[in-house]
Amino acid sequence: MEKQAVSLSRHDWSLHRKAPADQARHNEKVKEAIKSNLADIVAEEAIITSDGNKVVKVPIRSLELPHFRYDTNRKDHLGQGNGDSQVGDVIGQAPGQAGPGKGKGAGDLPGVDYFDAEVTIDELADIMFEDLALPNLEQKQAQQIESTVIRFNDIRKSGPMSSLDKKRTILENIRRNAKMGMPKVGGIKNDDLRFKTWTEDVRFENNAVIIAMRDVSGSMGEFEKYISRSFYFWMVKFLRRKYNQVQIVFITHHTEAKEVDEQTFFTLGESGGTKVSSAYRLALDIIAQRYNPRDWNIYPFHFSDGDNWGETDNRLCVDLVHEMLQKCNVFGYGEIRQGGYGSLSTLMSAFQNVKDPKFIGVTIEDKSGVYPALRQFFSPRQPGVES
Amino acid sequence: MSSEPIMSGKELGELERAIEEIWNVALRLGLDPFPTHFEIVPAAIMYEFGAYGLPGRYSHWTHGKAYQRMKMMYDYGLSKIYELVINTNPCYAFLLEGNNPLQNKLVAAHVLAHSDFFKNNLHFRHTSRQMLEVASINAERIRRYEFKHGRREVEEFLDRVLCIEEHVDPNLSMRRKEWDEDRDREDRRVQEPTSPYDDLFKLDERGQQSLGEEAPARHRKIPPEPEKDILLFIAEHAADLEEWQRDIIHIVRAEQLYFVPQMMTKVMNEGWASYWHREIMHQLDLTEDEHIQFANLNAAVTAPSAHQINPYHVGLKIFESIKERWDNPTEEEMRELGRQPGQGLAKIFEVRELESDVSFLRNYLTKELVDELDLYIYKREGDQWVIVEKDWQKIRDMLVASMTNFGVPYIVVEDGDYRRNRELYLRHCYEGQELDLRYAERTMQAIYDLWGRPVHVETVVDGRKMLISFDGQKATQIYI
Repeated sequence: MEKQAVSLSRHDWSLHRKAPADQARHNEKVKEAIKSNLADIVAEEAIITSDGNKVVKVPIRSLELPHFRYDTNRKDHLGQGNGDSQVGDVIGQAPGQAGPGKGKGAGDLPGVDYFDAEVTIDELADIMFEDLALPNLEQKQAQQIESTVIRFNDIRKSGPMSSLDKKRTILENIRRNAKMGMPKVGGIKNDDLRFKTWTEDVRFENNAVIIAMRDVSGSMGEFEKYISRSFYFWMVKFLRRKYNQVQIVFITHHTEAKEVDEQTFFTLGESGGTKVSSAYRLALDIIAQRYNPRDWNIYPFHFSDGDNWGETDNRLCVDLVHEMLQKCNVFGYGEIRQGGYGSLSTLMSAFQNVKDPKFIGVTIEDKSGVYPALRQFFSPRQPGVES
Repeated sequence: MSSEPIMSGKELGELERAIEEIWNVALRLGLDPFPTHFEIVPAAIMYEFGAYGLPGRYSHWTHGKAYQRMKMMYDYGLSKIYELVINTNPCYAFLLEGNNPLQNKLVAAHVLAHSDFFKNNLHFRHTSRQMLEVASINAERIRRYEFKHGRREVEEFLDRVLCIEEHVDPNLSMRRKEWDEDRDREDRRVQEPTSPYDDLFKLDERGQQSLGEEAPARHRKIPPEPEKDILLFIAEHAADLEEWQRDIIHIVRAEQLYFVPQMMTKVMNEGWASYWHREIMHQLDLTEDEHIQFANLNAAVTAPSAHQINPYHVGLKIFESIKERWDNPTEEEMRELGRQPGQGLAKIFEVRELESDVSFLRNYLTKELVDELDLYIYKREGDQWVIVEKDWQKIRDMLVASMTNFGVPYIVVEDGDYRRNRELYLRHCYEGQELDLRYAERTMQAIYDLWGRPVHVETVVDGRKMLISFDGQKATQIYI
């Protein structure tokens, strides 16, 4: 009697997969949420200052279904002390009222349910750059950039289980059974197994060089530096991802321009006046010496606050830009004007006269402008087609 | 592929014998559980069942989210589920693979007390005891709908229904019967002749009708009385839902009704199980080492928490206090209430049968207990959470209020044909706690999608009546 009343067993649960499937769906929704908040997330400081490989935590509003519920901030709560609690004792800090805080939510205290989605920078980049490409890319003569493509295009009788071709395996099984007079599935043997295998194709792609120019003069404040760093951070990420071997030349300038390495480019902060033409002249020199437009797709990008030295230099810049446009696929100019209420800088005004569709000018006014700017620069265009 | 079993056959046998002994001890102490089947499961499965509430329940991303969170807490060593019990007959209980023998014994004792509670507490009387089968049939139905109508379509519909899943009424069948009786009585009153000349008057009416004037149809209010079961009301009265959509509402509602008694008795049920696992463990022949382990584990389970009530701890203390007070009544209690000494055990069994958390706390949380448990009320003041109240009655009343309707705002359907325009008028039965208006508006959007017409919620904000309306485009708030 009692033996029937209680019993104990242990089964094999290794094939049970329900929760992981729903978890995957939740993660997919998190990705969607990230995608719709990219403009805010892209310029997060935690990302720009990370070494680029780490997992970053992106604060997004937890994916939750709304319910009728009480207002937690106006509500009383119940707690339990160690025996000596008194009226007036402070038992915790509430998070600030001002929207999504950077700080961590206070443990089990009531409050808004923020959720730190953990994504790697690469995953974020995948989401961001899905539909972006280098604009106006052309076939050039010397094909120097090679990239490896993996293609599943062959079937073998041995291989890792993860690349088992189930359909072919079952067909083989039916075929073998049919030979013995029983055309049905069953009794799968090693001999039936078929695996997909791949070959690596080396493809030569179009050559491309990016000439990244950055204003490091005294008028570039913390905000301006931050925005240009943020933009270039993602630009470099993007290019290294999409194209195995894009070359990047880094130029910084104030009144003089110099070519620097990547590390310096991102960290350098100097003082002094601004002479934008110096950077453009150096870029043209570098193009002349190292990147023949017959062989290379060339993409100069320049970030500045537009606070240039004078009208003379502005006019010179316009001429130099025209010269570069002859040789380049696209010329990008990004101007960072914090809270710039519509008024154009003198440099941007001068650039209004550049009518070439290959010239892309963008103004970024706050952090959330970085992502739209990236999209504007890297939306795919066909050569010769105006956008 | 098979991995080395974590527990050997010998250990499994020992545990089975221990569980049989615990069963016998439990019966001897007076517990009356369902037959109980224990299953040892790995952590991932345990957390899946915990997240879904029931093994085999339908798929939804909210379950995936709960699972991820629980599993993460486990992986980081922040929290651990030792057991899980399902209210079915026979009762199913899951033990975490890797529990040591002492943990398993404690858990088994705890589980049998839950099983006893499920079987004997009044509020569980109408729960389906075949819920595992029901849940997997429901899951299969939803899977079929996904196949037929598309996964996203079904998911989005479920999203909306789940926004109002709490709004069911366990006492509905009773209440509906009353309405029907009222309605019948009303109809009879209209039909029964009030004077011997009624049939003559009727001739007059016929004359009027022939003049082309119809007798005005009495506008019957829908629902006749405020209806707490919003899910059922929508399933039955929303105009544009497809059959499969109504079925999904019924599924969500049926599963919710199954969980409601557990939500209504959380403090009691955990207190009861904590009380009895200790009593049962004391009857077992434990080694000295096991005694120490037990004391540590027991202390961890019943530890107080600064920010919320630990139901294990508070529930346990109340049961202990009831037993003590009915074992040793005061002179006055003996004189005034005729209470006899030594009735403690009988009393706690009576309490476990009749009460739910609300009545349990209202009737048995005494001043002495509030002081001993050092309970307090805290609220937000500026950027800090501050203790604002230590008065025991206020604390008790607040605790009771927070358990009422298991902590969810009580909202009823007032009118399903508001303004004679098929708009849905809901009323929040305000009892001192205001709604989170942002959430309310988002929830109303989901209701709008289900109902298909504008939705209104009457509530109270800053002491004044307010009507929130959602017309499919935007929400508006006006004081009324």
